[in-house]
Amino acid sequence: MAGKTLYDKLWDAHLVAQREDGSALIYIDRHIIHEVTSPQAFEGLRLAGRQPWRTGAAVATIDHNVPTTPFKSAADITDETSRIQVQTLQDNTREFGITEFGIGDVRQGIVHVMAPEQGAVVPGMTVVCGDSHTSTNGALACLAHGIGTSEVEHVLATQTLVAKKMKNMQVKVEGDLGPGVTAKDVVLHIIGVIGTAGGTGHAIEFAGSAIRSLSMEGRMTVCNMAIEAGARAGMVAVDDTTVDYVKGRPMAPSGEQWAQAEAYWRTLVSDDDARFDTVVEIDAADIRPQVSWGTSPEMVVAVDANLPDPQAESDEVKRSGMLRAYEYMGLKPGIKVGDIPVDRVFIGSCTNSRIEDLRAAADVARGRKKADSVKQVLVVPGSGLVKKQAEQEGLDKIFIEAGFEWREPGCSMCLAMNPDRLQPGEHCASTSNRNFEGRQGNGGRTHLVSPAMAAAAAVAGHFVDVRGLG
Amino acid sequence: MEKFVKHEGLVAPLDRANVDTDQIIPKQFLKSIKRTGFGPNLFDEWRYLDEGYPGQDNDARPENPDFVLNRPEYQGATVLLARRNFGCGSSREHAPWALMDFGFRAVIAPSFADIFYNNCFKNGLLPIVLSEEQMEELFQAEAANPGLRLTVDLEAQQVRTPDGKAYAFDIDEFRKHCLLNGLDEIGLTLQEADTIRAYEERRRAREPWVFAEHASH
Repeated sequence: MAGKTLYDKLWDAHLVAQREDGSALIYIDRHIIHEVTSPQAFEGLRLAGRQPWRTGAAVATIDHNVPTTPFKSAADITDETSRIQVQTLQDNTREFGITEFGIGDVRQGIVHVMAPEQGAVVPGMTVVCGDSHTSTNGALACLAHGIGTSEVEHVLATQTLVAKKMKNMQVKVEGDLGPGVTAKDVVLHIIGVIGTAGGTGHAIEFAGSAIRSLSMEGRMTVCNMAIEAGARAGMVAVDDTTVDYVKGRPMAPSGEQWAQAEAYWRTLVSDDDARFDTVVEIDAADIRPQVSWGTSPEMVVAVDANLPDPQAESDEVKRSGMLRAYEYMGLKPGIKVGDIPVDRVFIGSCTNSRIEDLRAAADVARGRKKADSVKQVLVVPGSGLVKKQAEQEGLDKIFIEAGFEWREPGCSMCLAMNPDRLQPGEHCASTSNRNFEGRQGNGGRTHLVSPAMAAAAAVAGHFVDVRGLG
Repeated sequence: MEKFVKHEGLVAPLDRANVDTDQIIPKQFLKSIKRTGFGPNLFDEWRYLDEGYPGQDNDARPENPDFVLNRPEYQGATVLLARRNFGCGSSREHAPWALMDFGFRAVIAPSFADIFYNNCFKNGLLPIVLSEEQMEELFQAEAANPGLRLTVDLEAQQVRTPDGKAYAFDIDEFRKHCLLNGLDEIGLTLQEADTIRAYEERRRAREPWVFAEHASH
């Protein structure tokens, strides 16, 4: 019998019941909740007279809607509908007895930054949230994926999900990453290779020496964008990096339980003879700093490349998508990436707002100034704790001296549900995850890059190869 | 949940790939705490020429006359033809809510993003996967014959054209059963409460830290 993949092991450990029709009931260990996709679920519970199955499984915070300028209470949020959602989450978590890191709590932040930081997510868990970037948490060898609001209600009421097992995909990145090449470039390159639907129906395990060389923060960046490759779940096997990251976190096991937990976690790797339905092999040496040029994350090129020619695309559906993207982005095939002007820069989001990301951006910003042509550079830490640590390291001063704005934690300009957004036609170098039409503001034009590349674009006023900076 | 057994309706073609849920219902409309009322803002950035925001009088907004759903021949459409990877991106269930609220009952495409596909079933919206070739045939049939109506028969697992051509589709048994009967999935799962509790006891013995209680607030 063939060995098991990491995903097989996680699935088997959470199988409550296998039904004859092929569906299964899967137990959910950790449920992360935010203000946008939960109100209808809590309302559903109330209407049906149901109580949460296990309140200790849930942990909530506010992120999508919150302003990134200082505020003291929900009443200070000027946008009425945002205020109502923030207030509604507070009311719901209090009514049902769920832990919430709310306004003014240093632990408040983007759901997928807060949860690993608190040790609310530890290896071997199933983790869900009404947010597609829940895949981020798979970096800790968890089965973590996004769910819709009906499923949020289902998990609240039953602590389970009705699911069908996905296929196994392995994306193996072997070799050493070059200088200036980060986790973000790795995952953008992967999406460029397999496409935005390449992982549909699969759980992706990221493996290989280049992945193992990444910090936990880097692995979270890679798993975060598994969904941009079509896979609901991305994951990385347990190793010393994982165990070291978890140790000592507030909600992580300690004392006698720690040894027991670690022993189990060490088994959370794919067996040598495990079988994957799909294997993709990538040579780390081929990965250069990436910049997305279009309106889908697969529309990505290396910083030293020219934009692709749609006429060279043989697939008609893809070609028409490229033509539409060029029109929306106001760009022409064949131009150099370095010729794309940058109007605003956004450093943040659940992809790239952890301490390591801020350090990488600060390394580039140190002693430099924002270009005059760049209207705004936002630096938005992923949580109150990330912000605090960055300030202890003096990163905030480096950013402010460079003419960047240092903000309060939240989702910010990743999705423009808050006051941070692009104006129509503006090009943005963004460390977020989606370059969809209008994602960062109506008519806005997003270019996905790493934190270092974003900071470099802020300084130059256009995209530049971060490897060329001294 | 609303039942889905059989539906016959007008077809609208949305001829672009990778339609993401940000396009289906832009972020500014997610601030509602209700499940209804999203229809007027379905595909907002494509449908209207101005920028949409919650609480607007949508009837007074300038429409984009070129957008398919604004064209007179597609008024009242209930079956959407789409291209590959429909519903990619954000997990927002507001996307199927908006499609349903607008009047759609079925979306037919060569592939769907997983989370969107899953969310449709929770709301009585039927997502149907046909092959790229079959989709091309349907797009062409519609182009040659605007006003085309299709019958979507869940029981028989078929999409049928008025001239009798039938396209078979696959669907998961459990999802079909829930849709045909309009079942409340939570109620069904709670029938297995004892099995869930027994599972929890086994896990608690093996991984007690998963069940640790942490101070609230």
